[in-house]
Amino acid sequence: MKLNRFFKIIFLSEFIKAIFIAIKEIFSKKKTINYPFEKGKISPRFRGEHALRRYPNGEERCIACKLCEAVCPAQAITIENEERSDGSRKTTRYDIDMLKCIYCGLCEESCPVDAIVQGPNFEFSTETREELYYNKEKLLENGDRWESVLAENIKLDKPYR
Amino acid sequence: METFLQIYNETYKILLLLVPILVSVALIVWFDRRVWGFVQKRKGPNVVGPFGLFQTLADALKYIFKEIIIPASANKIVFILAPIITMTLALSAWAVIPLSDKMVISDINVGILYIFAISSLSVYGIIMGGWASNSKYPFLGAIRSAAQMVSYEVSIGIIIINVLLCVGSLNLKDIVMAQQNLWFVVPLFPMFVVFFISALAETNRPPFDLPEAEAELVAGYQTEYSGMMYAMFWLGEYANILLLCALGSILFLGGWLSPVDIYPLNVIPGIFWMIFKILILFFMFALIKAIVPRYRYDQLMRLGWKIFLPFSLIYVVLTASFLVYFDLLPK
Repeated sequence: MKLNRFFKIIFLSEFIKAIFIAIKEIFSKKKTINYPFEKGKISPRFRGEHALRRYPNGEERCIACKLCEAVCPAQAITIENEERSDGSRKTTRYDIDMLKCIYCGLCEESCPVDAIVQGPNFEFSTETREELYYNKEKLLENGDRWESVLAENIKLDKPYR
Repeated sequence: METFLQIYNETYKILLLLVPILVSVALIVWFDRRVWGFVQKRKGPNVVGPFGLFQTLADALKYIFKEIIIPASANKIVFILAPIITMTLALSAWAVIPLSDKMVISDINVGILYIFAISSLSVYGIIMGGWASNSKYPFLGAIRSAAQMVSYEVSIGIIIINVLLCVGSLNLKDIVMAQQNLWFVVPLFPMFVVFFISALAETNRPPFDLPEAEAELVAGYQTEYSGMMYAMFWLGEYANILLLCALGSILFLGGWLSPVDIYPLNVIPGIFWMIFKILILFFMFALIKAIVPRYRYDQLMRLGWKIFLPFSLIYVVLTASFLVYFDLLPK
């Protein structure tokens, strides 16, 4: 046993084995991707940038129940509401401080009307802090831009909820 | 006028060697990172230029435009001198390396001694850099590096004696020409392996990159350096690696000689064989970097003093007695 180990050390057999493994790996398929040019696959459940969705007729989904505000562990959401002339309760203010947000997804889960959702977008870095204080307009705009993907993702995730 | 012409000629010759070397250093850094990435199943740098070839150029540009920060408590003169010395020494050793039977700047008859002396001096760049920074990590890194380079130089020296015994000349061209029938890598194979490992230690490459062990010493003697001065340390380091690859191919792999002296191979110009051999050795350097973990400091010292030194000494005795017994000593 000891002699075996001695020969292993003398003839650097472990090193030679490692070199062959390394040469094999050089020709193997690479696991990384060229990120800005190609992107990895994202699960429908991915919790990225927030968005407020609308109904197909253009009405906001949010009913200002403030469940998301209550459940938010980082207290990143601020909502103010009013009663409209038609008797519906709608938000006048819906702010998310994206710097406080921990992207836990509880707001999305608590929402009874699928209004606030976290979309697949994760590339929303900015150059100033202020740009990350999202208000209602920004969130609705996000919703309009990503609506097709968001609806598809919600449909795909439905059976597991 | 005469002297002016001579100076002009010499400068021309030197530039003709230095510029390709600096370019190849840039390429070799790219190659190193690429191989390293490939072994780890990554793609490595592949964005700047074709296959990412210009990555090092982009890095160099970045370094040039960065501010050079000199710590307030540093010894200014020595601090600035250190990277200059490292790079100058790494490049000046190339003066005697014959790239083919005619391409050499200065064909001196003690070429190998010259290289050996220069590479011993390169410890100074590191010690000066570490000491002048006046900060603990560079200092510790410099001490480690100096101890490491000095101890492995001893075994490299004795390995070279092995080769010199078979050649009977210190001229690098003679060393190559003595390998026309048989490359020294065949009879002196154990010495080639020891030389390769010592070269890794000599150039502070993994697994012997203790001076810049980032987990312990931040970046060793380079910690306080920034901008172009840091880049110069880097250039010097890689020029040194190339130098030792060239030395390895001259001492053991028959320099610019083709592997077999038959028709299609021996018409290829010698310089291509030389570059090919340097690249093969460098490829091994890069592979080793990817596959081995770092040595502990005491293991490094044990390997150098207790294993390599006695082993190469014994091999010197064996080689010498073999040559004397069979009366093969070069006249």
